[in-house]
Parts: sequence; C-alpha cells; structure tokens
Amino acid sequence: MAVLEVKGLTKSFGEVKALSGVDLTVQEGEVFGFIGPNGAGKSTTIRILLGILKASSGEAKIFGQDVWSDAVDIHKRIAYVPGDVNLWPNLTGGQVIDYFISLRGREVNQARKQELIERFQLDPTKKSGTYSKGNRQKVALVAAFAQDADLYILDEPTSGLDPLMERVFQEYVMEAKQNGKSVLLSSHILSEVERLCDHVGIIRDGTVIETGSLDEMRHLTRTHLYVETKQPLNLEDMPGVYDWQQEKQGYSFQVDTEKLDDVIKKISEYEVVKLESAPPTLEDLFMRHYESGGAMS
Amino acid sequence: MTGMFQKIKPIALMQLRLDRVRLLVWIVAFIIVTAGTTLIFEGLYPSADDRDQLAASVVNPAITALLGPAYGFDDYHVGAILSHQMLLLTAVVVAIMSILLVTRHTREDEEDGRVELIRSLPVGRMSTLTAVMMNKAFTFVVLTILIGLSLVVLGIDSIDLQGSLLYGAVLGVTGILFAAITALCAQLAETSRGTISLAFTVLIVTYLIRAIGDVSNEALSWVSPLGWVIEAQVFVENRWWPVLMTLGLAILIAVVALYLNAKRDLGAGLLPSKSGKAEASKFLRTPLGFTLRMQRTSLIAWGIGLFVFGATYGSVLAETETYVAEMEVMQQMLGTEVSEGLALIEQFIAMLAVIISIFATIPMILAVYRLAKEEKVNRTEQVLATAISKTKLLSTYLIVALIMSAIVMVAASVGMGVTGVAMLEGDLAFSTIFNSIMVYLPATWLMIGLATLLVGIGKWRGLAWLYLGYSFVVVYLGGMLEFPEWMEALSVYEHIPNLPINDMNWLAVLTITILALILVVLAMISYSRRDING
Repeated sequence: MAVLEVKGLTKSFGEVKALSGVDLTVQEGEVFGFIGPNGAGKSTTIRILLGILKASSGEAKIFGQDVWSDAVDIHKRIAYVPGDVNLWPNLTGGQVIDYFISLRGREVNQARKQELIERFQLDPTKKSGTYSKGNRQKVALVAAFAQDADLYILDEPTSGLDPLMERVFQEYVMEAKQNGKSVLLSSHILSEVERLCDHVGIIRDGTVIETGSLDEMRHLTRTHLYVETKQPLNLEDMPGVYDWQQEKQGYSFQVDTEKLDDVIKKISEYEVVKLESAPPTLEDLFMRHYESGGAMS
Repeated sequence: MTGMFQKIKPIALMQLRLDRVRLLVWIVAFIIVTAGTTLIFEGLYPSADDRDQLAASVVNPAITALLGPAYGFDDYHVGAILSHQMLLLTAVVVAIMSILLVTRHTREDEEDGRVELIRSLPVGRMSTLTAVMMNKAFTFVVLTILIGLSLVVLGIDSIDLQGSLLYGAVLGVTGILFAAITALCAQLAETSRGTISLAFTVLIVTYLIRAIGDVSNEALSWVSPLGWVIEAQVFVENRWWPVLMTLGLAILIAVVALYLNAKRDLGAGLLPSKSGKAEASKFLRTPLGFTLRMQRTSLIAWGIGLFVFGATYGSVLAETETYVAEMEVMQQMLGTEVSEGLALIEQFIAMLAVIISIFATIPMILAVYRLAKEEKVNRTEQVLATAISKTKLLSTYLIVALIMSAIVMVAASVGMGVTGVAMLEGDLAFSTIFNSIMVYLPATWLMIGLATLLVGIGKWRGLAWLYLGYSFVVVYLGGMLEFPEWMEALSVYEHIPNLPINDMNWLAVLTITILALILVVLAMISYSRRDING
C-alpha cells in the first residue's frame, strides 16, 4: 500500500518554475531515498508534502489524504526533520523537544526520549543558542524519533552529524523500518542512502528523472571492470566502453550492461590473467545523471 | 606577550567599514534630535515667564525619577531645560547604541566563527577587542564634537561653546563607558544574546539606582555612573570632572575586559552558561503558553513602560492650566474651544489618552509581527509540520497581542489615574481618567486586526506602521495644521469618543470592534491559503 503518492507535481514561484513534474511513491514499510543536487527541488517537494507550500498543479497524498487540505490530520502521524534546524535560542534543547512532541498531540514518552538523548549524546539542559549545527539537528532527530510516527520525512537530517552519530541515526531508521514504518529520506550522503534505502528517486531541475530499486537502477547502467591480459589490449573505441584507463598491470574501464557480453567475448581473445568486476556505486549513477544532463534513460 | 596587539589597524578599519552606515545613521539621528529639540524648546518657551512656569511644573518626584534632578531652575534658560529634559535620556540611548555595536564586533563575531578565522591569521590575541575599543573611542569623540558644534551653531544665548562641548562629552563618555562595560560582558557571557542582556541589565540597574537616589537619597546616586553625568550640570555649572571620572572608570573596565579576553579560551564565557530545564513545563508545551513565554519579557517591559508613561503624564495634570494657558501650541493642539479649570484638565486628559493609546499600540503590532519574524528565521516550518493548523498558529499570536493590549492599556490607565488623582487631590475620579484611556481599546484592536491581516497575506507589513504614524500626526499636528476633516476621519483613533469631554458612543466603539473582527477573519483566510516561506 502506498503511504505517499505524488503525481505530476509542479510549483512555480512567480516566473520561476521550481518543480515541473515530480512523481514519487513511497510504499508502506519502505525507506525511500530522495536524492539530487542543491536547488533541484528536494526541499520544495518536501515543503509541499508538509502543506507549507501549495502546489501549483498535480496531486500529492499522504495516507490517502490531500497534503494541503488535510495537513493537520496527516501531521499527527508524521515526523519531520529539516536539514537546517532553527531553534529558539533562549529555550533549552529539552524544552524544544517536549514542545515539538506536544504539538503533535502526543504525551511525551519520557523513557524513550531519555534513551534517544543518551544515544545521540545531547545535553538537553543547554540553551539552544549555544548549540552547534549538529546539536540542533540532534534536537530535531530526538523529537522525531521519540514517539511513533507512520511516516518519517527527513530532509538531509545528518548533514551536521559526525560519523558516529550518523550511525546512531541509521539504526533508528532501520528500527522504524522493522516496525513497518515508512521513511522518505532526502540526503546528500550517498553511502547512507545505499545502506538504508529500498527505492531511490533522483530529482534534477525540478523533475524526477529516475526512480526504482537500487538493483533496477544498476541494471540500466554500467559495470566497472578491471582486467589484466597477456597480450596488449585496446578497447577504447569499442561501443559501450567508457573511461578507458591503462593501469600499471592492466586496464580499468566501464561497460554498458547490455554490451557486457560482447566485451567479455572480445577480452577472452587476449588471454585473460585477472578479471575483477564491481557494480556501479550510487555515486556513479548520480554523477552520470548530472554530467550527461539527464539525457540518458 | 609580544605580538598580542598585532594588526590592529586593518581590523579596526574593517570594523569601521562594516559599521559605516550604522554609525552614520546613529550619529545623524543624535544630532537631529538634539538640535531639533533645542529649537523646539526655544520656540515653546520664548519668554522667561514661560520658562519659570515650566520650571514650577517639572519639579516633582516623577519627573526627577525619570529625567534626574533639575539644576538651575532659578534661572531656567533653554540650556538648562535642554540638559535637564534631554541629556539623561539621550545618554541612555547612546549607551544602547554602544551596547549593540560592541556586541556585534565582540561576542557575535566570536559566536559566528569570524573571530576564529581572524585569529588563525598572524593577528594578536588582543587585537580584535582593542580594535573595537579604539573604534568606539573614535566614534564617541566624533559624536562629542559634532553634538557640541551642532548646538553652538544654533546661536542660542544660554548655549555657549563650553556647555555645548560638555553636553557632547557627557554623551561621548557614556558611550565609551558602556562600550567598556559591554566588552566586559562579552568576556563573561557565552552568547551575543547573553552579552546584550547582561549589558542591558547593567544599564537598567544604573538608571534605576540613579532614579531612586535622585528621589530619596542623593548619596545613592553617586553609586551610578548615570548619576555622575547629571552632576556635570551642563549649561549651569559646566563641571568637567564627572566626565573625567566616567572616562577613568571606562578605562579601568576596558583594561579588565582586555585582561580577561587574553586569558580565556576562544568561544568560552567566564560565567558558566546557565543550564536550564531538561523538560518543558505543561504550560510551555501548549502553543499559547509557548508564545506567551517567548514574549514574556516584552509583555512585562512594555507594561512597566506604559505605566511610567501614564504616571508621568498623570503627575503633570495638576499643572495643566500653567501648561496650556501660556502656550499657544498647546491651545492649538487642544482645539478651538479652550476651557478653564477642571474642564480644561478634562480636555487635556482626552488628548493625552489618544496619544498614550497610539504609543500603546506599538507593542501590540510587534506581538503579532513576531510570527512574521519566526517565519523569516525559518522557525514556523517545523511548527507547522506538527499537528497545528495555520489558523491556530496565527490565533495564538493574535491572542498574545490581545493580552498585550489589555496589559499596556490597563498599565497606562492605572499609572495616569493613580498619579493624576493624587496630584489633583481628588478633584477628578480615578475612573474618569481610567475610562478615558480604556475606551481606545477597540481602536487598538483594529490595529491588531490590520497587523494580523498583513501577516496573513505575508507582505506590506510596513503599512500598519505607516497608518499608526499617520494617526499620530493627525492627532498631534491636526489642530495646528488644520487638516481637512476627511484626513482626520481616516484615523481610527478619531472615531473613539473623547471621554470625559464627550459622551460615550457605544455604536462607534462597537462598529470598530466589528471591523477589527472582520480584519481578523480575512487574516485567517489569507494566512491559511498562502505559502509559508520558512
């Protein structure tokens, strides 16, 4: 069942078109990675999902309800962490956490909150004005995970955290997933998306240009190969071969998945000594989309 | 210890560059206000008789507490009037300017990491703070000279060169003193907010000690530097030693600040930053409780301020006749028919009531505009992402503004009522004065409604200030400049019945209340329909 459904979403700010066709679906119990460069429209999409911005056209539903007109109902069941957390400098982190939880209409689960505060190593008695960016983010994360939500909307939630804290964050996302909750995770940290997400959507210039599971997406793309052969080899001009590089002992290059068979047949003629292959990383996918101007599909 | 002060010059020049517009605006404003009020005093009290009458009316405890003791009122010339009525309050504003500017280049730069960047360069550890102090010394010397010159060029007999320079110097050393105090606070507190509130606390305490001392026990006034500067008795005795004393204290404090600055770690404050509560109280967890808490200081401060404002006017009610009878300007402000005795006092009360109400509207508009500020600094987004509707969020700020309206209007009414009744020795009932101000409550609600609507549509917020300013001009200058009737009719305050001289007009008051309600409804609709920007 789809928890979040977005179809043909557009948004214009005056003359500027921020979104020109966003389609997304997040299924129940899945972690959906939402990636794209700065200014591509991630935060605008998320703000529309939160009912803070009104879409110019298109449909956006959470739990089957309209994100604009049923915002308050929806918000009782979601938790949100912004990338840039702004707090009230004269209140302590603990006070802000309690306020956010209460605003969602819930009682504060003190035990759960304490656990999170300890795991994230946050001092809740310090005034928010003295917190670093990472600590402000921890406040929002504790408030988000301290109580149950059916959908977590996380907009670059770990940009200020150290690797140790990022790991704690990942554990809580996994825990939510195990409990059948859904997560929309917008992130720049691709290793994090690779580790956590079942499905990924890539947005560029206000349009979602690619969605699918990581496996599916890899299928459409290239494989890294490294070979060492007895006879000198040159496939630089062969169709489907990219980034040809001669190394000390052998050659490294990338191959379009559909040309893999041709390439392997060709290589075998040169007496193969060593062959290594690696799946493309999300970073490769990502870079290809942005370098090639989104022309591939 | 070598190299502690390296590269002061480029740092100081950079700070001056960053502040050039701010400094210009502040200094020009001080010159305009000082020279302008001097000319107004000169125009208001042309003859010795006028001034003697004024002297008689200002010698009372409320005025003494507010402005300090009057000197030379046996010959209360324009110079004496200026130094009595303007010097202390201007000095307080100079201190505020100093606090804000110094915090900007000390703790705020440190908090935002700019000092760290500078310190990573071959720059002395004391250089930034020394540069700040040098700049402030320079700024306030310039202020001293410019204020002095701008007073002398007015060519008023009682305002001579020595007195004018001393007037400027009193302002200048107050600025330098509070620059040093703020520099010290910046070493103690860990945040720029903390620095500002610490320095403001010092300012308020010195002001209050002086006020209490001046009224009850003169020795106490000597504890407060603000008490010293009044002892300069500018244009009367022209004493220079209080200026030197203040300067000495400033240097002493600056040295301590520099010493502490060199000793402490970057980013650390010497006062342990107070840790607060780890949990929010039941009250703070509700949107209304939260918003009230965020505006608590403002509610209390404006309440006290309006009480003092009302009490000050109340304390001069008994002198209405001397004020009005002799001054043509006052007669024009009160309108064509000037009565005598109690009727005149009532006329005066009616005029004061509308002026007080217009001033009291300022914090109400500010209370609503807090929501716009929250949006600007991207804090509404996280709140609206929770299960609170936009209309409820806006209503919360509206309710706080209404609470503010009740607090400030009651404070002003009680302040003026209590002192007025005491001064008039029972000639007028407390309720007469109280009602004359409270009747303006619906007009202030209309202003709140307008402010709410502007927050609702998310633009043109300056409009509320413009309208308020317009209403003030209509009341204050309307009689003098003889505006056409329709221009006066545009101000909502003109439609409130002038108690106690006119009868109560329930229809007008009710209509205005309903209009305010309509504005609020429109505000709710537009706010719930528009994009929230952060």
